[in-house]
Amino acid sequence: MALTVDERLEELWEEEPGLGSVLSTVDHKSIGKHYIYTAFAFFLAGGVEALLMRTQLARPDLHLIGPEAFNELFSMHGITMIFFFVTPMLFGFGNYFVPLLIGARDMAFPRLNAFGYWIFLFAGLFMYSSFLIGRAPNDGWFNYVTLSNHQFTPALNIDYYTLGLVFLGISTTVGSINFIVTILKLRAPGMSLNRMPLFVWAILATSFSVVFALPSLTMANVMLELDRRAGFNFFNVAKGGDAILWQHLFWIFGHPDVYIIFLPAVGIVSSIVPVFSRRKIIGYLWLALATMTTAIIGFGVWVHHMFATGLPTLSMAFFSAASMLITIPSAIQIFAWLATIIAGKPVFKTPFLFVLGFLFVFVIGGVTGVMFAAVPFDQQITDSYFVVAHFHYVLFGGAVFPIFAAIYYWVPKMWGHLLHEGLGKLSFWLIFVGFNLTFFPMHILGLLGMPRRIYTYHAGLGWDGYNLAASIGSSVLALGILVVLVNFLLYGLRRGAPAGPDPWGGDSLEWATSSPPPAYNFVEIPKVQGTEPLWDQPELRDIGFRARDVEMTLAEGHDTMGTTVVDAEPESVLTMPEATYTPIVTAFGISVVFVGFLTLLLPIIVLGGVIAIGGMMAWLRPKELPE
Amino acid sequence: MFAVSAAVILLVTVLILVGIRPRLKARSELETPPWSKALMVGGGVIFPVVVLSVLWVLTLHDMSALSVPATSPALTVNVIGHQWWWEVRYPTQGVVTANDVHIPVGQPVRLNLTTADVNHSFWVPQLTAKTDMIAGRLNTMWLQADKPGVYRGQCAEYCGLQHANMIFYVVADARVAFARWMSQERQPPVQPSDPTLQQGQQAFVTSACTACHTIQGTTANGRVGPDLTHFGSRVSIGAGAVPNTAGNLGGWIIDSQSIKPGNIMPPIQVDARQLQALIQYLESLK
Ligand code: HEC
Ligand code: HEM
Ligand SMILES: [Cu+2]
Repeated sequence: MALTVDERLEELWEEEPGLGSVLSTVDHKSIGKHYIYTAFAFFLAGGVEALLMRTQLARPDLHLIGPEAFNELFSMHGITMIFFFVTPMLFGFGNYFVPLLIGARDMAFPRLNAFGYWIFLFAGLFMYSSFLIGRAPNDGWFNYVTLSNHQFTPALNIDYYTLGLVFLGISTTVGSINFIVTILKLRAPGMSLNRMPLFVWAILATSFSVVFALPSLTMANVMLELDRRAGFNFFNVAKGGDAILWQHLFWIFGHPDVYIIFLPAVGIVSSIVPVFSRRKIIGYLWLALATMTTAIIGFGVWVHHMFATGLPTLSMAFFSAASMLITIPSAIQIFAWLATIIAGKPVFKTPFLFVLGFLFVFVIGGVTGVMFAAVPFDQQITDSYFVVAHFHYVLFGGAVFPIFAAIYYWVPKMWGHLLHEGLGKLSFWLIFVGFNLTFFPMHILGLLGMPRRIYTYHAGLGWDGYNLAASIGSSVLALGILVVLVNFLLYGLRRGAPAGPDPWGGDSLEWATSSPPPAYNFVEIPKVQGTEPLWDQPELRDIGFRARDVEMTLAEGHDTMGTTVVDAEPESVLTMPEATYTPIVTAFGISVVFVGFLTLLLPIIVLGGVIAIGGMMAWLRPKELPE
Repeated sequence: MFAVSAAVILLVTVLILVGIRPRLKARSELETPPWSKALMVGGGVIFPVVVLSVLWVLTLHDMSALSVPATSPALTVNVIGHQWWWEVRYPTQGVVTANDVHIPVGQPVRLNLTTADVNHSFWVPQLTAKTDMIAGRLNTMWLQADKPGVYRGQCAEYCGLQHANMIFYVVADARVAFARWMSQERQPPVQPSDPTLQQGQQAFVTSACTACHTIQGTTANGRVGPDLTHFGSRVSIGAGAVPNTAGNLGGWIIDSQSIKPGNIMPPIQVDARQLQALIQYLESLK
């Protein structure tokens, strides 16, 4: 008996369920979920670290946590949140949704995708294993020399940092390259660049930023490791090295990284605003351009992290101007969203609440950011608690609020169940109030002269009340995050009402297929004619499960469609790889190599190298050609 | 600047509220009201360009105003950061002290900032912006206090274990008082005549203290820790860790690690009678 098209596709694409498939999957949706689970676990770890810090700082002169432990906590908190939570979380959503949004069946390089995930997981475990020997990184997330030089921190703390980040960098780099190729080559026919969803634009911009920014960080870390382990002197002032060099190399990466974090989050906001305002987004082209410009100007502002280092006035004037300039694209985006909301008829579901919360919080963060661009003010408050307040408004407000919005928006698609609306609203208010209570007082603390990164402070400086408020706020915030987790575990995974293909009346292609989508995403590759395909082309609404045009089902093999870069004209049919263990084996081999570098044991390095090369050879072995 | 910031935040809040107001009449999905583009361009381009240009010009103005003092500083002080205390030197006068920076009021003082080990940053929130002390570099800044008083300062660049207790005090004295202080500092302390103090001095110079500390006029000339020549007049012990009292000093000498965990000074065994003499001696060094 002949199979129907969807049964055939099912047979071609479905992976064997079970533990094997968890480890060998190359399905972008499974990998996306892996990313999200893992990144959320790191978020909880970073959150616990933050709560411990806030407990220690709740009252003056407390001795709950000693200086060494505190320093490791704030360092690991920053490292975790920046490197192991926000970026991987957004990459997780990107992984899951970019192929769906562009009407493709997978990422361009599915095995590389799996490899990227395993490297991320292993790099995270590597970094966290430092706690087991009580030697977690302790020089902050930007690890300034000379404190991180061998001379001042001889123990392994810093080697975990340098090696761990070089290790993680492999994952971020391959992930970004994969996004770039996927977005440029696998878009559904008709989805020319100027019809691409804004979330996809954002992931594209971020990926380019990663590719250009990350080498600087990797370089800096390799140089530092050579200094520490092999007697080099890049940063050793006594031998003619330079201490400021590290700061430049770090921030050439570090500032674009802020946008690497922020842009995908903005993309999420641009997806959610029109759906819940019930109208097309206003200024689509402006928003797309603003995304790209932000990514580019982001490379010209790194020096504003270094205004207190004693730079020439002229260069400070230049970087000050660039830092102010970069607010313009953000301002355009904010006013485009506001215009859309005002012109629409908003529906207040939880994802939209988080977007509104984001708008409010992010504007405060942006305004305080502009203050930093004013050099004299910056010199006054940099490295004070004002900065801690500012970057949490930007990072938590700018990235974590959108991430929560994305959770409430997309979890129904990913697991097929609606989250509980009441719990959702409760979690929003707890997080919103807790957030502001935690971080607003920190502005004042900064102005009162409290420096950042101090494990304790004396009574009688007028800091006590604000610190206590911040600590109480952090528990409220934590409670809100817990409610999100419970909502997900209870409702998102099973109890929630069935979501159906399109619970929100969405405008983009992911809503045209079932929830969760089948392994092959869409029965038929859609032909797109505008920026809001589902609103403009009613015939696309069931393209995920009903075939009309057999040509476009590509059911001959394990295939997806390749299209041209700009106009997305159909160009080729691409055969995609099957599930395989080679990525995890290769990633494991590389982890062993890094453990070898950490312990400086040659046999371990060699062993890891053999495993990694073996894995790669199996991976690259050509398939037998058909007769 | 705060007013402008508050105004921007208020504006956006109002727009959010306008956005979420209850709607009487539903608009059609596709219609794009003419004002919406204007809002985006006005709010997103014109408004920030105007505000930022003004801010930038003000910044340049402030920057050049702050980079040179009104009159050229008559006094120069070298401040050298150490993990985790401050060495303070008056090069022309040949005076060395630590953790307190005495300056005359009403006139700018030039500061040469360097570090002996890792990066630090010199910050007196009430008086001046911060400037980093960076390994291998010399940064200069100037400082002026217009009213006499004690201004608290603190290291503002993370520098390791005891970054939290790397505090200092700027003591701004009226001109006469400053001159008196300076002439006192320039002399070595008078040799003690009181037997207890003599015993204390003896205890100091014959113990490990001399390897790390200097007291002018004695054989102690170590340079690892703060110069103690005029320790008795200092505001605090251990760079702001605890106030300078006899009781705290005893605790510090026996076990500074319990007061400032991880600092470079090791716990030192001193027998009880000698300790009392030592404390009295050190506190007498005004
Ligand atoms: C190994 C070197 C070393 C030895 C030995 C040593 N000290 Fe210290 N001392 C230090 C250092 C370093 C500091 C600064 C600690 C800090 O604030 O972080 C210090 C600080 C002090 C201070 C506080 C100074 C101030 O202005 O805050 C006093 C008083 C002091 N030491 C007394 C003594 C006495 C008395 C002895 C001998 C019994 C002694 N020290 C032995 C290194 C040493
Ligand atoms: C969950 C709620 C959070 C709380 C209560 C919190 C609290 C804190 C505290 C108390 C510090 C230490 C400040 C200091 O002593 O200098 C800190 C530092 C930091 N936080 Fe958070 N934070 C939270 C979430 C986040 C998130 C989501 C991010 C990033 C996306 C983040 C990024 C950072 C960074 C980069 C640092 C600086 C670390 C360093 O100094 O090296 N935090 N946070
Ligand atoms: Cu310091």
